Amino acid sequence: MKFGIVVNEGPYQHQSSDSAYLFAKAAIEAGHEVWRVFFYHDGVNNASKLTEPPQDDRNIVNRWTKLAEEHKVDLVVCVAAALRRGIREENLATGFRISGLGQLVEAGTKSDRLVTFGD
Amino acid sequence: MSDVKKFMFVNRKAPYGTIYALESLEVVLITAAFDQDVSLMFTDDGVFQLKKGQQTKGIETKNFSPTYRALEGYDIEKLYVDRESLQERGLTEDDLLVDVKVLSRAEVGALMDEQDVILSF
Amino acid sequence: MLHIINRSPLADKALENCLNTATGGDILLIEDAVYAATKGNAFESRLRAAMGKFKINVLRPDLEARGMADRLVDGAKLVDYAGFVELAVANKTCQSWL
Repeated sequence: MKFGIVVNEGPYQHQSSDSAYLFAKAAIEAGHEVWRVFFYHDGVNNASKLTEPPQDDRNIVNRWTKLAEEHKVDLVVCVAAALRRGIREENLATGFRISGLGQLVEAGTKSDRLVTFGD
Repeated sequence: MSDVKKFMFVNRKAPYGTIYALESLEVVLITAAFDQDVSLMFTDDGVFQLKKGQQTKGIETKNFSPTYRALEGYDIEKLYVDRESLQERGLTEDDLLVDVKVLSRAEVGALMDEQDVILSF
Repeated sequence: MLHIINRSPLADKALENCLNTATGGDILLIEDAVYAATKGNAFESRLRAAMGKFKINVLRPDLEARGMADRLVDGAKLVDYAGFVELAVANKTCQSWL
């Protein structure tokens, strides 16, 4: 089954990034495809390569990058939401791309299931 | 886009206190531009998004409420409001800045069951 | 439909609204919503009353993280993330009550 995921909250501030990641991982482990994760609202902060958590904490940004590299997950950051919050090409982590809201609509039309994580 | 799906946007949050209502509206407009079947549901504090007379000068924030009136121009005509949420907040249909269909919770639930994609922010 | 709730019912009306609005099906309580399914909380009786109409699922890792694993209400089912995925597969639509 083809899953799309939406993440609406920033990492560390809210659990939604962790929940979304763990859901994506479980879906892949069960043999499903997670073809796209769309980051919206403060969720765009998941894509900042300037993120530097303490050593003993999980690295949420790198976790997404690894998921994209290993499982071809398309990590899309909403351009309008990103520009508002200072996320641009210059500080975009590997595996993410910036694009328009049309990609979210497409995640809705082309996924068998769309699961949203937010506040 | 060839595949048309029924998208419902469920709005449960008040405007201005957080950005959700505004950014949700941006998705609604794009979804309609992609020729999808769009409907909007306002429930809980989301009904406050449609309150007439919003004046935002004092908070130095853009008043985006006129956009709800412009939705018709994008062929977005399915606006629904949960009656119980209105009543709980001391509002009536006359307080709202657009024409909506006021529904009972049972009707809201039945409408949700008809959707292909339900988004909430 | 799979209804996903992530807020405590004592802080937010999402769960109450969902119980009053949705026509039935699966409910999954995640994040702070897991408190809804713990014994002795003020929302417990409301949740129990809804158990005929809905299947109540609780995300185990979130319940455990909050130190509430020993007080799950009877009739609620614990699921892990694999179970969350299964619920999403089994239901045509997933609605997050944000």
